[in-house]
Parts: sequence; C-alpha cells; structure tokens
Amino acid sequence: MAGVFANLGNWVNERAPGLAPFYSKHMTAYFAPKNFNFWYYFGVLAAVVLVNQILTGIFLAMFYKPSAAEAFASVEYIMRDVEWGWLIRYMHSTGASLFFVVVYLHMFRGLMYGSFKKPRELVWLLGMLIFLVLMAEAFMGYVLPWGNMSFWGAKVIISLFGAVPVIGDALVTWIMGDYLPADATLNRFFALHVVAMPLVLLLLVVLHIFALHEVGSNNPDGVEIKKGPKGNRWSATAPADGVPFHPYYTVHDLFGIGFFLMIAAFIIFYAPTFGGWFLEHDNFVPANNLATPEHIKPVWYFTPFYAMLRMIPAKLPGVIVMFLGIALLFVMPWLDRGRVKSIRYRGLGYKIALGLFAVSFFMLGAVGAGVSAETIPVWFGADADVTTIENLFGRFWTLVYFGFFAFVWIYTHFGLEKTKPVPERVTTHD
Amino acid sequence: MANDVVVDKGRRRFLTATTAVVGGAGAVMAAIPFVKSWEPSAQARAAGAPVLADISKIEPGQKVTFAWRGLPVFVVNRTEAQLAALPGEDSRLKDPNSDNADQQPEYAKNEHRSIKPEWLVLVGICTHLGCVPDFFGEIKPEPFDPNWKGGFYCPCHKSRFDIAGRVFDGVPAPANLAVPAYHFVDDTHILIGVNPGEKA
Repeated sequence: MAGVFANLGNWVNERAPGLAPFYSKHMTAYFAPKNFNFWYYFGVLAAVVLVNQILTGIFLAMFYKPSAAEAFASVEYIMRDVEWGWLIRYMHSTGASLFFVVVYLHMFRGLMYGSFKKPRELVWLLGMLIFLVLMAEAFMGYVLPWGNMSFWGAKVIISLFGAVPVIGDALVTWIMGDYLPADATLNRFFALHVVAMPLVLLLLVVLHIFALHEVGSNNPDGVEIKKGPKGNRWSATAPADGVPFHPYYTVHDLFGIGFFLMIAAFIIFYAPTFGGWFLEHDNFVPANNLATPEHIKPVWYFTPFYAMLRMIPAKLPGVIVMFLGIALLFVMPWLDRGRVKSIRYRGLGYKIALGLFAVSFFMLGAVGAGVSAETIPVWFGADADVTTIENLFGRFWTLVYFGFFAFVWIYTHFGLEKTKPVPERVTTHD
Repeated sequence: MANDVVVDKGRRRFLTATTAVVGGAGAVMAAIPFVKSWEPSAQARAAGAPVLADISKIEPGQKVTFAWRGLPVFVVNRTEAQLAALPGEDSRLKDPNSDNADQQPEYAKNEHRSIKPEWLVLVGICTHLGCVPDFFGEIKPEPFDPNWKGGFYCPCHKSRFDIAGRVFDGVPAPANLAVPAYHFVDDTHILIGVNPGEKA
C-alpha cells in the first residue's frame, strides 16, 4: 500500500516539480518565531472564520432568493422550514461579527508589536485592503435579509456617496439602480456579496500570506529572527529562534481554534442575536420605505466610524473624517518613525497613546451604537440635553482617535521617544 | 541572419506604446456596458418618472394627494387667511426660515415654501418615522393645539407642521416636511419630480 502512495507521489512530482517545494516553503520549512503569544492566534482564527463564511454562505445561497419581494420571506424559510437552516444562518451571522472581533484584535496586535513596520509594510497594506473589502462585504451581506434595518442602513450608507461633490446624486442613483434602495439594489448586492467580493477577499488573503512568508513573521519581542544566529534542529541555515510552522504552529493553533469554536458555538446556540448586537431587532421587520426605524444605527463593528460621521455637523466633512479614520491606519508604517517595534521596549508615550487609542475606539463605538444616548439621561438626569452632551463626548473621543496618529508622528519624527534596549534574540530562546 | 538585424528601438517603443494605448482605450470602451448596466433600468425609470398633476379642480383650502416614486405628494391650494397666518407661527417653529437645505429646493426656501404662494407641494412623509401626516387645514382650535392656524398633524407620534410644512418646536419630528422638485407646466398643471427649467 505504501508503495502505491510513493509511486503516486513520484508520478505527481515528475509532472509538477514545483508543488513539494511550494508546500515546504509555506508549511514545514516556514520558520516562525518560537515566542508567539496569545495575540498570535487571531490571524489563523480569521482564516477559520473566512472558511466558515464561505461554506455556510454557499449553503445559504441555495435557499435565499435575492429579490425585494421574496428575500425576507426566504430568510424566514431558511430559519423555519429548511432542515438545519437556522444553524447554517446563525453560523453565518455570528461568523460575520466574530470575523470583525478577530480582525480588530489581529490589527491591534500589529500596532502593539510593530508588525506594520519595515520590512512588513506590504503585509500591513494588504491586510488593510482586506479590512476594507471585508467592510464592504459585511455591509452588503447585511442588506440581503431585506429587513427594515437592511433597507434603511443601505439608504444611509449609500447616501454617503451623495456627499461627493458634483456627481454625488448621480452616483447614489447609479449604485442603487433606482431612486431608493430597491430590487435592483438587492440583486446587485447579492452578486457582489457572493461572487465578486469573496473572490477579491480570497486573492488578498493569499497575497497577505505570501507577503508575510517572504519577510517572515514578527513576534512579541519585535526582533528579526532572520538577523539572529542560524541553525536549529531542522536546518543548519534556518533562524535559530524559529520553529517549522507545520507541525508546531498548526498543532498550537488547533488548540486556539478549539477554544474559539467553543465560544462561537455558545453564541450560535444560546445568544445568536447577542442582545441585538449581532442581529438587530429592527431587522426582524420587513423592509418598509415609508417607516424609518426609531434609531438607524449600523451593526457594532461599524459604530466607531459611524460615530465620527455623526459627530461632524456637515455631511461632506463628516464623510471625509470617517474615511480618514481608516486611511490613517494605511499609512501607519510611515507615520511611525520609531525603530523599535515591540511595545515591550517602546517609550511610555507610545504605550499610553495606544491604550487611549483603543479606549477611543470603544467609546466611539458606544456613541455610534446609541449607548451613550441611553446612558446620558441616567447619569445627568432625565432633562439633560442629550445631543449636546453626546456631541461633546463623541467629539472628545474623535479627537483622541485622530490624536493618536498625530502624537505617534510627532513622538517618533522628532526623536522624543525614549526606548529600552531591544534584546539580540527573542527572550524565550534556550 | 536574424542576429544581424539592427533593432530599431524607437520604432519598437512606438509600437509598444500605441498598442498599449489602443488596448487601454478598448478596455475602457468594453467597461462602458457594465458600468451603464447599473443605471436605473427602463422599468425603474418608468416607475420613477415625473408625475403630471392636474390642479385645476383643487378648491381653495383643499388638499389632494398624488403618488410619485411610491411617495404621497400633497398639493394644497392655500387660502389668503392660511398664508396670512404663516409669519405669526415663526416663534413656535424649529426651522422657520427653512435653513435645512435637504428639505426643499432653493426655489422653495421662502416664507411660503413654494413657487407660487398659494400652491403648496410637499412630500407627505413625516420626517420622524415616515408616517403619513393628516391634513387639518382649517384655522380653528384643535384638541392637539388651541392656537391651530392650519397644517398637518401626524397621528403616530403627534408631530405638528404648519400650513407650509414647517415643523413645530417640541415635537419628535426633526425637520420640516420635504418639498419635492416640481415646476408649473402651465397655470393648471404641475410636473412633480422635475425642477424649473430642467428637462423631464
């Protein structure tokens, strides 16, 4: 029997001699730093969620009907009549939210350990592109059930393009294919959501990983293992502080995946709407172009950016500020001039700034989701001027968010950062 | 022998550049059908077409509703008394001067929020949650307002609007009722959905 497989292997190898080296380059001979910590689970978890979204998405597309007349009923059909349809849909809807959870943590890891810095700028840029496409993908997927929040969410988000000078209104009509979000809009969003965006997303993910494997993974110490001593148990020329990705990190990641799937399963089975955060209550009502939901708000993962939009009193500047909030992340490798990568050895200023940046993200999220509007009367009394207080609060945290980028540039460009000495090798080497 | 031929690099560059330009132009041309396919279809355009409203039969003080793009459009023939009451309402309104530019075209940003003072044209959708407000045209005390000078009252959440569609202070609706694009074709017909001087 073994002989059969060996022969088959040889047969393939003679005809495709590049396959085996390709496999070993990315798996058994890809040497990743041996000191990965908790934060290094989120890349592989994002990949797991991506697979989940594609698999469950294919099956949802078998039962869903992308027409304004039938979409809402077909989702109910999936939930009630299709065998196990509810599970497949909840896996998909929970997966969407968890995708953003792991991607945000993955991005935060990059900011903490300087993974965006030279020589990994391209890895970071490709990752940011993935983030952008993911946002478009999530938005269009959210429109598909054609609930009332789908409709009004689509209307609000698409009308953002109306802020573009001169061509704005024509652009909005072009995107919708009608004068309000309608059948044409839903149908094209379906095509983009299930065909176009996933193809782009997969391509970008492959490029992200290839770009990473060229330069090698960063690690919590932010030291380049390729510049350190050579030679380990598997190879005389490989970095001494690296271990083969397969089997060492594949097995390591399986443990994290198992833990993650437990959390995911708990949400899917016991709290699929997650109290209105993952599936909004107003979306259990069919789309109605004559009745606006009381509070139009996006799903939680867009709320920080939505808050920035709302905090700016004029439309075009608001849209610009919102997109700037994402665009500035793209240029982080060039804003941050500091040579030291890891937060372990960076100056106190960067630690505080990054902490405040994370807090501002949560606070803006609370503003965008309407949590602050509900909390203000509790803290300041029922007759408090909610709008004024919320605007003060939201604008303050918007300033903190953007202040992070300004601070990092000033701090590193003018050499104000006092760093600690960076070790020669990763701190856990033997 | 091929190796002896002198390569004319200038000619080669020229050919490469012109091929690229022609190919690029072709790619742009080929993209046009795909980009244009996203425009509203003939079906959507027909459903969203401007509506010609005959206003000759609307008596003073009367409201008639027309349907345009799935929205109710109110056309009111206002009386002298209703118009005369408008300035007196200013102090009770959120946006008496129609400063919110999203709620009316530039040519309706005036005291009566219309092209001709007597003819009011409004989208009959409450700016709060999209209900259709009721028309209370008479100047007389109403249960919801003892000083009522005529206007619109939303049954859903009690938002009130004056006879120019301007929202009152202290009601949930945030903005004045919207004025759609429209113009007078002649004295007895208005075209809803098309600005004055614009082609239908």
